[in-house]
Amino acid sequence: MPRSIVSCRDVSKRFANGTLALDGATLDVEERQFLSLLGPSGCGKSTLLRLIAGLAQPSTGTITWNGGHDGLSFVFQEPTLMPWATALDNVVLPLRLAGAARAEREAQAAAALADVGLAGFEKSYPRELSGGMKMRVSIARALVTRPTLLLMDEPFAALDEITRFKLNNDLLELWQRDRFTAVFVTHSVFESVFLSQRIAVMTSRPGRVQSEIVVDAPYPRDAGYRTSPLYNEHCRSVSAALEKSMAHA
Amino acid sequence: MRKILPPLILGLLLLGGWEAAVDVLAIPTYLLPGPIVIARTLVSDWQTLAESWWITMSIALAALAAAVVLGVALSVLFSASKWVERSFFPYAVILQVTPIVAIAPLIIVWVNDTSLSLLICAWIVAFFPILSNTTLGLNSADRNLVDLFKLYRARWWQRMAFLKLPSAMPYFLAGLKISGGLSLIGAVVAEFVAGTGGQASGLAYRILESGYQLKIPRMFAALALISLSGILLFLALSLLSHLCLRRWHESEIREEN
Repeated sequence: MPRSIVSCRDVSKRFANGTLALDGATLDVEERQFLSLLGPSGCGKSTLLRLIAGLAQPSTGTITWNGGHDGLSFVFQEPTLMPWATALDNVVLPLRLAGAARAEREAQAAAALADVGLAGFEKSYPRELSGGMKMRVSIARALVTRPTLLLMDEPFAALDEITRFKLNNDLLELWQRDRFTAVFVTHSVFESVFLSQRIAVMTSRPGRVQSEIVVDAPYPRDAGYRTSPLYNEHCRSVSAALEKSMAHA
Repeated sequence: MRKILPPLILGLLLLGGWEAAVDVLAIPTYLLPGPIVIARTLVSDWQTLAESWWITMSIALAALAAAVVLGVALSVLFSASKWVERSFFPYAVILQVTPIVAIAPLIIVWVNDTSLSLLICAWIVAFFPILSNTTLGLNSADRNLVDLFKLYRARWWQRMAFLKLPSAMPYFLAGLKISGGLSLIGAVVAEFVAGTGGQASGLAYRILESGYQLKIPRMFAALALISLSGILLFLALSLLSHLCLRRWHESEIREEN
């Protein structure tokens, strides 16, 4: 039985303007698992992710971090880089905030940039990089602290398909190497089936976890997996679950 | 070159037209001196004018420096506490909208030291753009970056040093460009009101004095020096802004075609 590192129980979130974004969402994040939160836009999946990150408090219900709140990283929908800092300085930031020594943090940041395929771009400023490269810097910044839990909020939604596929592959490679726990918010059935071991399908607003689907395809997953019958079959069943969850709304 | 040439040609044409008009219409120099006479006066009276120029400039620059230090310090304080901002900001606005010519006499009466009173007047004029722009800039940090700093449990000073101050930089520099010119105007206006005589007087006093003595070319020469100083100040601050922002800010990025 895998250990749950974050448990959300009957979590609801009502914003100050009265909008009910989440209504009784229950979800366990299991250690070392790649979990996707799938749902239509506006279903509160980003809100749930922010609650898991501790960036917002639930209105009702509880969220427990088993093993503490440390070792958490977040990748936003936009690259969210500091435009005045080089790629290296952007990746260095979390270590700098934690008070790491200069030589050490710069070496770690350079290694993290190399991990996402950006060796040689240390001195580039964000505006000199393409959208996909900026997102890679953002991922390097999230991974440089060696997180136990990586939260990602539709990180590749704004990228073209070719770039997105490439980043999906590279992300999986890093996940297999480092074995952090991943929670990935997406509205793409294909992306969730390609990446994850488990998919939590959410209903439209107010959001709730409608069903959970296990994707038992083995890793490493590559281009071959994208065209396999197994992949197709999973996509079909996840699509059906998504359709059903939307019919409930 | 293509940026400098058109205004340069226009300027030379205007000066030429001015000189020609003064010559052809035989306008006496005590009404309107031509540019050549003014230039000649600038050279012959250089000793006095340069001395006065330096006095005015040092007051303007000191006022600008004080405006930067106090403006930035106060906006950092504002961003630390909404209550401080709500309490103080209306008074900063009042300070800004009160005409400096109206309060300069009071300040000159209250403060014994003349240079200090001039400095205070110039500071009042120069201070507000830096305060309001930097305050706006400190509040304009990217929401997600603010969240990121929260996530990594950044301390207050870390958020200020690594996020808010860099975000405020373009706003601060825009305010600085405005304040540079204003500090000079503030210094000159205060000198007019103070009207101090003797050796150690600024350019405004030279203008007043030349007016009384009907030395109109010298009046124009002093005026030209003030304008020139304002332009130089603006160019210097624009260069500073360019050097600070050229690597990352949209305003400095030229489209490459």
